[in-house]
Amino acid sequence: MKYVRGFILFWWDFIVGDSVVLAVGTVATILLAFGLAHSAVSDAAQVVLPAAVLLTLTVALARRWS
Amino acid sequence: MNSALIFSGAFLAASVEMVEALTIVLAVGVTRGWRASLVGVGVGLLALAVVVGALGPSLVTYVPLNALRVVIGSLLLVFGLQWLRKAIMRATGRKALHDESLIYQREVAELEKDPIPLGFDWVAFTVSFKGIFLEGLEVAFIVLTFGANHGSYGLTLIAALAAAVIITSIGLLVRAPLSRVPENTIKFAVGLLLTSFGTFWTGEGVGVDWSLSDVTIPILIGVFALASFVLLRYMRPTTTKPVTRPEVITS
Repeated sequence: MKYVRGFILFWWDFIVGDSVVLAVGTVATILLAFGLAHSAVSDAAQVVLPAAVLLTLTVALARRWS
Repeated sequence: MNSALIFSGAFLAASVEMVEALTIVLAVGVTRGWRASLVGVGVGLLALAVVVGALGPSLVTYVPLNALRVVIGSLLLVFGLQWLRKAIMRATGRKALHDESLIYQREVAELEKDPIPLGFDWVAFTVSFKGIFLEGLEVAFIVLTFGANHGSYGLTLIAALAAAVIITSIGLLVRAPLSRVPENTIKFAVGLLLTSFGTFWTGEGVGVDWSLSDVTIPILIGVFALASFVLLRYMRPTTTKPVTRPEVITS
């Protein structure tokens, strides 16, 4: 049990670290890109994806800042 | 262009993690003796080799490329954003700088609490092993992810080995923590590279059609760099409030 907990904590720290916003924002960004890439406006995905990444970073920094 | 960027990313990321591992091993070796510490290093490297050997080939052989790109790309993306965020916060003074000298002193103080046994020193072994294995896992992660997307592990392995040789040589020469390495600057650069590659590969994996193909990668690096500098400038405090060293930052 101790090792399982340690294993989960390691991966949590590795992926989420001290910012849940980044992890959640990354997942939301990927889902958005997937949706756009398979829609009628698929070309927009190549602009929206980097923009969403930057928005995630900005929100994560703003939350820490405030 | 792509190969040079992949090599740089793997080399810089591996260098940062190896500086951290070296700090731990040096602290253990100096305070508790080198024998058990170096055995810990050896066993840690062996365990890493087993993990990399088991995961590396199976990644490319058994997992569909697009699924691999999504998983790897999103991991790189979140990892790169974490580094970028921390580097920006440290550069603006909103988070204490990663101080290898302080970490070294803390490690030494902790290790001196335990008496050194007459036989094999398991404390020295365990601390060295954990330092090498955990920091090494992060290097392995970079090598595997970059290698899997590049199509071969040769280039990223060479980059990581070059970093290992250079950092170990410097460590042996100075026999002290590498506190003069501009770690935050390197983390900023690596964060930019990981975020850019992560964005590109995730996009490819979910079906985004990058109209400029591989040329998109340097464009992404440029855009993210520019935006990060804007954020950095915007976040700089208008009134100077020095950040004290309340804690040792270990990541």
